[in-house]
Amino acid sequence: MITKSLHKRESELANSKRQLEILSNSIFKSGDLPMFASKIAETNQFPLKARKLEILQINVGYMCNQVCEHCHVDAGPDRKEIMTKETMLQCLEVIKKTKSHTLDLTGGAPEMNPNFRWFVDEASKVGIKDFIVRSNLTIMKANKKFADLPEFFKSHNVHVVSSMPHWTRGKTDKQRGTGVFDQSIEALRDLNAIGYGMPDSNLRLDLVYNPSGAFLPGSQSSLEKDFKKTLLEDFNIHFHNLFAITNLPVSRFLDYLIASDNYEDYMYNLVEAYNPAAVENVMCTNTLSVSWDGYLYDCDFNQMLQLPVNSKAKHISEYNEELLFNRDIVISQHCYGCTAGAGSSCQGSVA
Amino acid sequence: MYQNYSTNDFRFISLLKFKQMQKTYYDPADLKKFGKISEWNEELGKKFFDYYGKVFEEGALTEREKSLIALAVAHTIQCPYCIDAYTGDGLQRGITKEEMMEALHVAAAIRGGASLVHGVQMMNKVNKLDM
Ligand code: SF4
Ligand code: SF4
Repeated sequence: MITKSLHKRESELANSKRQLEILSNSIFKSGDLPMFASKIAETNQFPLKARKLEILQINVGYMCNQVCEHCHVDAGPDRKEIMTKETMLQCLEVIKKTKSHTLDLTGGAPEMNPNFRWFVDEASKVGIKDFIVRSNLTIMKANKKFADLPEFFKSHNVHVVSSMPHWTRGKTDKQRGTGVFDQSIEALRDLNAIGYGMPDSNLRLDLVYNPSGAFLPGSQSSLEKDFKKTLLEDFNIHFHNLFAITNLPVSRFLDYLIASDNYEDYMYNLVEAYNPAAVENVMCTNTLSVSWDGYLYDCDFNQMLQLPVNSKAKHISEYNEELLFNRDIVISQHCYGCTAGAGSSCQGSVA
Repeated sequence: MYQNYSTNDFRFISLLKFKQMQKTYYDPADLKKFGKISEWNEELGKKFFDYYGKVFEEGALTEREKSLIALAVAHTIQCPYCIDAYTGDGLQRGITKEEMMEALHVAAAIRGGASLVHGVQMMNKVNKLDM
């Protein structure tokens, strides 16, 4: 079980440049596998273009109470990158004028940002249609000061999206740490108790599933069925939808793939499962990602790889929806993770 | 680990793996080429894959149950390709290793039982011949 981020361990892979090098070397450089750009060019989908902005995703910091083995953020208690109130104010200006219908707060554990509640308070006043907070569940059990989070979310009509890697303790704890499963179940019970995730309830509670190893997720709908059945039968827990998300070869998951000698096979699997229909709807085509320090990226993965948007507007302070519209998306071989099988995005399958 | 790898190392390792694999009857990469059997007989190949696809669709049994049966059978016939394929398939479906192992014990019990039940034949023979 890892306890420190790659950054803290001063691992070579903490360096995004090194990650990008690896993603373009070996099997891709030798031509055994095609580069993502040439693959999408086969179906005239190069360059990928940003369409109308629908989702504004803000990463309020990389600090997290967990250190999950697959984390593409390389989040953990030792990460100090936290969005300041100043940057939040700049984000609020944008939230007020954006035409996007969804605001999506992520991290790390977004709740660990000291100004998180203030920010949610302010942002919810704007009246965006769908206000998502990505919560890892255990944070609600980590410390007394977080225990009232379910109530706080409810009072702001926040849509809670939570990670739950498996419906069994063994698989969950292996990926996310000992005790995570039991704490997550308790947190889900608390959420259910105030109405979250209950059938016909407007308090949305969705779960995110991502594979606990070097394999792709199965069909989202069958996994949802299995999750629903088991969580209900074994724990009397309800939730609305399950999003099946593919692990992208970025940061700690890339580190794991290489260390376990799965990197090449995993990339082969991703390329083999390549689906041009998924390319059509990859999330960067309707999402913009803002980092803790206010910079703009096509997605959270590009943020971690330090691949900024290809636009004159590079920072939230220069935000301009017209300038960002129709920009060329910055891609590399990690993008194959978004286009495998039924595709993958922060909202689950896309094809 | 990778810390010391250069691009050339990666390529060298791939090549090394390739060379090693060529010396064995089974090459994991061959599994991906399964579809190619149709190239030498398209009609029968197509019929086979259509049938195969249909068999694994959800019916009276779920796809999940079929995947576990396939895994158990794969071990009975000791097909490395099938073991590779249905272990991966099981993981993708969220099947746990405990479930997989139980399925294998079903296969092993039937296999072992199949040997042992012939003991009755042996006993009959002994009883007949022995004074
Ligand atoms: S995957 Fe989520 S919960 Fe786990 S370390 Fe990363 S940010 Fe934290
Ligand atoms: S990784 Fe990001 S840029 Fe690449 S396809 Fe996925 S969403 Fe788009």
